[in-house]
Amino acid sequence: MAGGGDLKVLGVWTSPFVIRVRIVLNLKGLAYEYAEEDLGNKSALLLGSNPVNKTVPVLLHGGRPVNESQVIIQYIDEVWAGSGPAVLPRDPYERAVARFWAAYVDDKVGSAWTGMLFRCRNEEERAAAVARADEALRTLEGALGECSGGEKPFFGGDGIELVDVVLGGYLGWFAAIDRIIGRKLIDPARTPLLAAWEQRFRAADAARGVVPDDVDKVLAFLQTLLAIGSNK
Amino acid sequence: MAGEKKGLQLLDFWVSPFGQRCRIALAEKGLPYEYLEQDLRNKSELLRRSNPVHKKIPVLLHGGRPVCESLIIVQYIDEAFPAEPGLLPADPYARAQARFWADYVDKKLYDCGTRLLKLKGEPQQQARAEMLEILRTLDGALGDGKFFGGEAFGFADVALAPFTAWFLTYERHGEFSVEKECPRLVAWAKRCGERESVAKNLPPPEKVYEFVAGMKKRFGIE
Repeated sequence: MAGGGDLKVLGVWTSPFVIRVRIVLNLKGLAYEYAEEDLGNKSALLLGSNPVNKTVPVLLHGGRPVNESQVIIQYIDEVWAGSGPAVLPRDPYERAVARFWAAYVDDKVGSAWTGMLFRCRNEEERAAAVARADEALRTLEGALGECSGGEKPFFGGDGIELVDVVLGGYLGWFAAIDRIIGRKLIDPARTPLLAAWEQRFRAADAARGVVPDDVDKVLAFLQTLLAIGSNK
Repeated sequence: MAGEKKGLQLLDFWVSPFGQRCRIALAEKGLPYEYLEQDLRNKSELLRRSNPVHKKIPVLLHGGRPVCESLIIVQYIDEAFPAEPGLLPADPYARAQARFWADYVDKKLYDCGTRLLKLKGEPQQQARAEMLEILRTLDGALGDGKFFGGEAFGFADVALAPFTAWFLTYERHGEFSVEKECPRLVAWAKRCGERESVAKNLPPPEKVYEFVAGMKKRFGIE
């Protein structure tokens, strides 16, 4: 396997931003060492590697840190351009479209995600965040339909690409949120293309073992995150 | 066809630092384009059609196909027109550094600036403290380099340069001096301003200040 003991990821197992990086490493067939961080007690390595944002994921390549998940993904795609599938399209216009939707996901889905779990002070605020998530997912349903006339399995076409991994990283949390709100965020009745996409994505080799699938564990972890947050 | 502009059009708004990034990138690459000033209070059919998701400027149209989001546009310009100068360096690690800093500017600067300009009292003091931290971080990242990437003007510089026209406005609202706090950043801003691509595409800082004053009046913020 390529990588040669040269790659390390500092992460948190539920982080959508970490999960997407690990999926990309898997897609590229790259071996890496994974180190779980305690967000309540960040390691010296993390703080030294990402002094500006102090967040995960951090990719260490030959000891040199690369920070910010979408920056990391593009770095991996460029360094290992010869291995495995391309994570970003080759054509400049298609790259721009992929980057647009990846940015959209983190902007709209990402902010709704923090709103649904971490920033809401009451059920009303959570419901407002859920509504924003619904709207974003409706738009993404449309985008997926346009991508390939609804004919292809992934946003990237036949294979998983940037937009897939960026959205896919949230799936573990979505399942937990579904339990909290009592219905599915990605509902086959409302967003059939996304629902089918979710099944395919979760089943993909690169995603298995990385996208959390134990809702109880995720919900228990949520409590530790909320406790850390309130102790800041 | 005389004056053929390679089919490039930019939907933009004069004071937008995001639009200016695109103008600077196009100028760096020596690419002619048609500039189409947009009325953001009465958005055109073209803008709505070109950016249906956000309905925001800037939008680059290339042969009629829209590219949205300023840093995505800048990367598109670099990739679709690969002739020198390259806005991103060749080395992937250096590219990652450039993208990191461009992303940092994108995530932090404008929102903090908006709060600094709009808010009063304690929230404004909070925004002021954050702004100083952001500027000091950028000053530190620049270090003694000529530009963020080193010798060559590049992606991170393009991302930040338009905000130099906002320094005066931030200073007056926050009651601080960027030069005093971040002298290296101010020296960098001067070097950027010596480039034709930047000099021709940024408004005078006083004009930005007037614009913000006008907006505050319009929205009843005192």
